[in-house]
Amino acid sequence: MLRSASVPVESTKPFSLHPIARLLIIGLLALAVVTIFMTINSRGNWDFVLPFRGRKVLAIIVVGTAIAISTVIFQTITANRILTPSIMGFDALFMLVQTIAVFSMGGAALAQTDPKIRFVVNVLVMTVFSGALYWWLFIKANRPLHLLVLIGIIFGTLFRSFTNLLQRMIDPTDFAVLQDTSFASFNSVDRTLVGIGATIVGVILLMVALRNRILDAMLLGRATSISIGVDYQREVMIVLAMTTILVSVSTALVGPITFFGLLVAHLAYHTVGSSGHRYTIPAAALYSIIFLVGGQLILEHVFNFNSSLSIMVEFAGGLLFIILLLRGNA
Amino acid sequence: MIEITNVTKRYGTTAVVDDVTATIRKGGITSLIGPNGAGKSTLLGMMSRLLKTDAGTITVDGLDVTSTSGDVMARKLAILRQQNYFEARLTVEDLVTFGRFPYCKGRPTVEDKKHIDRAIEYLELSDLRYRFLHELSGGQQQRAFVSMVLAQDTDYLLLDEPLNNLDMRHSIAMMQQLRHIVNDLNKTVVIVLHDINFASWYSDEILAMRDGRIVYHAGPEVVITPKALMDLYDVEVTVETIQGKSVGVYYGAMNIATPRHHD
Ligand SMILES: Nc1ncnc2c1ncn2[C@@H]1O[C@H](COP(=O)(O)OP(=O)(O)O)[C@@H](O)[C@H]1O
Ligand SMILES: [Mg+2]
Repeated sequence: MLRSASVPVESTKPFSLHPIARLLIIGLLALAVVTIFMTINSRGNWDFVLPFRGRKVLAIIVVGTAIAISTVIFQTITANRILTPSIMGFDALFMLVQTIAVFSMGGAALAQTDPKIRFVVNVLVMTVFSGALYWWLFIKANRPLHLLVLIGIIFGTLFRSFTNLLQRMIDPTDFAVLQDTSFASFNSVDRTLVGIGATIVGVILLMVALRNRILDAMLLGRATSISIGVDYQREVMIVLAMTTILVSVSTALVGPITFFGLLVAHLAYHTVGSSGHRYTIPAAALYSIIFLVGGQLILEHVFNFNSSLSIMVEFAGGLLFIILLLRGNA
Repeated sequence: MIEITNVTKRYGTTAVVDDVTATIRKGGITSLIGPNGAGKSTLLGMMSRLLKTDAGTITVDGLDVTSTSGDVMARKLAILRQQNYFEARLTVEDLVTFGRFPYCKGRPTVEDKKHIDRAIEYLELSDLRYRFLHELSGGQQQRAFVSMVLAQDTDYLLLDEPLNNLDMRHSIAMMQQLRHIVNDLNKTVVIVLHDINFASWYSDEILAMRDGRIVYHAGPEVVITPKALMDLYDVEVTVETIQGKSVGVYYGAMNIATPRHHD
């Protein structure tokens, strides 16, 4: 080896707050927001207020965590930081699968089946379809990002229009089985599904935790991760399946949310001080909770205003999407 | 030993690697040279299981690269590709740590840390250790990637144009470092080189490709000759012997032969 021209300086690690400390701060913030939400203006009506608001918070935690995990792992395996499952139309596909089920079986028959079973069947169908679709789109070939953005928009529009068409053709009584598809709402959460949703998200969180170092390696892209021994094809399939299931959960619970995942994922990437999934995923989930519970809090108690949380959240996320595209990250 | 037997890779109807058979012996530096588009990266990609072969087999010490588990292969053979880009923000140390992934699965032990330190020192990256990759120059990034591959501590190293972006001093340092690990640790290096004189100076053997075929596989004294280089590149090269090595001079070559293979 050549001698260094100058005396080599062993650099010391520059000071920076450890990711765990940063997570702790974000966690405390989330805890504070949840506590305020649970206790504000309760007027001593604890018996009513706690379970009522608790259910809402639980639903938000389930949805927020599902969106955060699915966005981060999807961005890892597709080696991009602009596209998210919902921008690529995953949630629109879920609505379509649901509508096709009602259309082909009829609302009456469906209404008699257990919503939990209905949900699980929907998720399975959806996993197969979108798994295949996104495998073909992202993994089989190295397609340029701008093409993927276009394909995502076209698919999303196609799925949504097809859903609308079918819904118009459906018997109006059957239609009631379907939820309002146009905007997400945190006030009309499908209660029967919160429990099963929480279970599913919990299991997937555990699976993600177990393979977090593999996900870290996959950040290096296909070639390098194969070189260091990652079973790339298998891991991509697993992550795609997990993403699909998570998107199904959040869509079934509150409806489609397009840009929110992008927002919380980027906040996490930029503030948690590490690319490790053991930090970015919890941080993104906590940001989801802060935004959704905090937003709900402000809308309910400051503006006395109920329905537009998803619109606000979408606006902020959509703005970020445009900024990222313009910055030429694409 | 790497055994390549009747390997073909097609894109559409063109075979970009065309029925190649070659044996790369264990220990030593084998350089892959040839004009742009000759199929060097494609061949290296198939050797390292990043690309599927359309026909033929490749084995490394008897292990078939397509059927052996990725985990086993990762401790046998490391690859560095020509282009490496990713979005994540990683420091040099983070990247080199990934070289130990086949052993520690992302949770480095004291032993792994030693390998990481050594690999960082080898490439003179100590003072850049905590810098983010995206803040470094192309050459510094390239060295960080090579350092990662060294940390992987495999018997075989496949490097696709690792001298890209490197200045004179770091190019020499890298080649001497490769020479050193080959001699002292009995490693096998297969390296795609752009510069025929680096290939001549440092290789034990040269594999020269053109149009998807191997046209020469011999020592530098055979391949770095005016005739062979004309066959390969269609450029008239003057070859001189300097310090016992063949050195080609072509910077003012007056006779650029008309390319035979273009339309
Ligand atoms: N994914 C691909 N699709 C189509 N053609 C390709 C692909 N990859 C490489 N090629 C073609 O194969 C040939 C060999 O490429 P490559 O192995 O990269 O050459 P080299 O590394 O020798 O410059 C080139 O003509 C290139 O255009
Ligand atoms: Mg090449």
